[in-house]
Amino acid sequence: MSDVVIRVENLGKRYRIGAQQMRYSTLRDLIVGKIRNISLGNRRKPVGEDTIWALRDVSFEVSRGEVVGIIGRNGAGKSTLLKILSHITEPTKGRVCLRGGVGSLLEVGTGFHLELTGRENIYLNGAILGMKKAEIERKFDEIVAFAEIEKFLDTPVKRYSSGMYVRLAFSVAAHLEPEILLVDEVLAVGDAAFQKKSLGKMGDAAREGHTVLFVSHNMQAVSALCARGLLLSQGNLVMDADMLPVVRNYLASGMPSGGSVEWLEAEGCPGDETVQLRAIRLVNGSGKVTASFQSSEPITVQLDLTITRLDRALVIGFDLGTPEGVTVMRCYHNDGGEESWPKLGAGYNRLECKIPSGLLNAGTFTISPRISLHCVKWIVSMDAAITFNVELTHGRSPFWNVLDGKTRPGVISPIIPWRWTTAKDLPAYTHTDSPDVARKSSSAPNGTGARR
Amino acid sequence: MPSSPVKANVADTAAPWVVYEPPRGWVALRLGELWDYRELLYFLAWRDIKIRYKQAALGVGWAILQPLLTMVIFSVIFGELAKLPSDGIPYPVFSFAALLPWQLFAGGLQRSVTSLVGNSNMLTKVYFPRLAIPISAVAAGLVDFALSFLVFAGLMFFYGIRLSWAIVILLPLVLLALMTALAASLWLSALNVQYRDVQQMIPFLLQAWMYASPVVYSTGLIPTGFWRIVYGLNPMAGVIQGFRWALLGTSAPDELMIVSVIAVFALLVSGLYYFRRMEKSFADVV
Repeated sequence: MSDVVIRVENLGKRYRIGAQQMRYSTLRDLIVGKIRNISLGNRRKPVGEDTIWALRDVSFEVSRGEVVGIIGRNGAGKSTLLKILSHITEPTKGRVCLRGGVGSLLEVGTGFHLELTGRENIYLNGAILGMKKAEIERKFDEIVAFAEIEKFLDTPVKRYSSGMYVRLAFSVAAHLEPEILLVDEVLAVGDAAFQKKSLGKMGDAAREGHTVLFVSHNMQAVSALCARGLLLSQGNLVMDADMLPVVRNYLASGMPSGGSVEWLEAEGCPGDETVQLRAIRLVNGSGKVTASFQSSEPITVQLDLTITRLDRALVIGFDLGTPEGVTVMRCYHNDGGEESWPKLGAGYNRLECKIPSGLLNAGTFTISPRISLHCVKWIVSMDAAITFNVELTHGRSPFWNVLDGKTRPGVISPIIPWRWTTAKDLPAYTHTDSPDVARKSSSAPNGTGARR
Repeated sequence: MPSSPVKANVADTAAPWVVYEPPRGWVALRLGELWDYRELLYFLAWRDIKIRYKQAALGVGWAILQPLLTMVIFSVIFGELAKLPSDGIPYPVFSFAALLPWQLFAGGLQRSVTSLVGNSNMLTKVYFPRLAIPISAVAAGLVDFALSFLVFAGLMFFYGIRLSWAIVILLPLVLLALMTALAASLWLSALNVQYRDVQQMIPFLLQAWMYASPVVYSTGLIPTGFWRIVYGLNPMAGVIQGFRWALLGTSAPDELMIVSVIAVFALLVSGLYYFRRMEKSFADVV
């Protein structure tokens, strides 16, 4: 296609590590450092080991109307790429050429103020995202309807539930109509129904001919929305192809298979300044850390964390998925009633979740740790941090062996009890069928799925 | 290069290319871009005003009380006890005429110095001309100014002081006070992104600056000649002298005013360049 609207050429971005410390550096440190350097006669090297390339030598082109998914592990450079494309930060090397208006959605609700009402925040947020007042007025009703907050329009948003808040925030953002839309993982807000609605809105944008770049950890969403995928790894663009092969490659690549991943050093482990993930382990029925399981034994997923600040909204868990990117289920530590929640404390915590025996079918599965402040932000969202294999052993029926080595269809294979009623007990059948034929008929199973 | 990255409607195919490259050398000020974002400026200032007095029982009454109480304290200490000369004007009116521009300046500076850090999530998540933040923080002081001006008008009426035609010069003087606040805050707010020491320094800086400005005393106390020129380097000296002249008919602006105007422009232009240079790293450092 000749109608290129985004051209990225040899793009590189260098950050200082220890930016955390730089952030609070004081004038005193600066002065003391300068004096020390002068007195010791060693000038600091401008580029030393304390820098890191978040992006290196990335080049690609995007044509008008393309919907491109950008995937990669945390720290692969996805967000940095979007930040440069959004003009929020400058590249260190190379260049970006863009044609047409760019709207970026790196976060929802930027600039929202808790003291202001929903109505006021719509105008403020719209203006921050680059909408003109007339445009906001034109779309106002639509924004309110999409967010489903009609009744609370004149209530300060600090009185909103967290769900209402993110719905409103997303809704304003979703009504931005730039030619090029850059989206970073903002669809993962709100409840399931709203997420679906948000995805639909994204799909509309794509169909209307907008060019969309979409960063996500949700493989199902990127597979559904994007035709083309970019895979980033450690700042490099490692794959640029159709979305499905890229997803498959990503999920299969470089996954540790020993049954555990540990981060011994506090530096570099996933998390933020409040919570860090230190280890993920898979433990079998006899207490051994392994990556191969039999379906007749439970699989215990261990998550070790260091918590420095306990937040009430903290949610810890994982997604169980397949290498094709299908999420089998999501487990959070506070899925149950409040009385059953693990009592987290500051410091080192080990959380265990036992996936019951007799649930999974044979195959390869992935565990993707998920830690977030509910409806606020992701702290850890690593895809397929660990993989394991399951061998089907829990079926006791002789019929399960008929396939002889071949697997049953399905991702899960729970054994669900069946109930039956014979004809003589079924009023509808007693007068039509001959009474001497005891025909067995099966009724519907009383459970639709195995639950923990 | 033209860059207004956030545009709403789908434009024609011939949209111009926008290029982002590593920064090098001197930067263009691109003040025209601010004009494209004037609505954002307005909304940010409006937000500042709107939230300042929310959940305060007296609400906007504080905008009136603050200068009024300060005036009372000054009148008792500097007018009654110290008996500072006030150019033959009743001391309360004399000090209030100076407090009008001073509070516009001091309030604007105080708000805007922390404005970038306070809006850090906007800096890291959205593109817009970063200048909009300190500018709107300074401009938000205009509402307070208008309210305290009403109080001042009442005071003038009470003391039976007539306004003269010189009041027409008030508008450029208000602009000068705003420019002074902006010029200082361009330097200080950008510095504050990297070194939080700056915000700790502000209360002290403002106090020292107030005594270096003719708020409680008259410019008549400053000797003519060299020292008067040096004194004029503080732009607020010229602004306050001008205010007193425009409102109360005291000594007309002189060479001190000229020095002040030059100082403001020098500080403002250098501040703009410094800010533009630093803003590229705001998102990475803040």
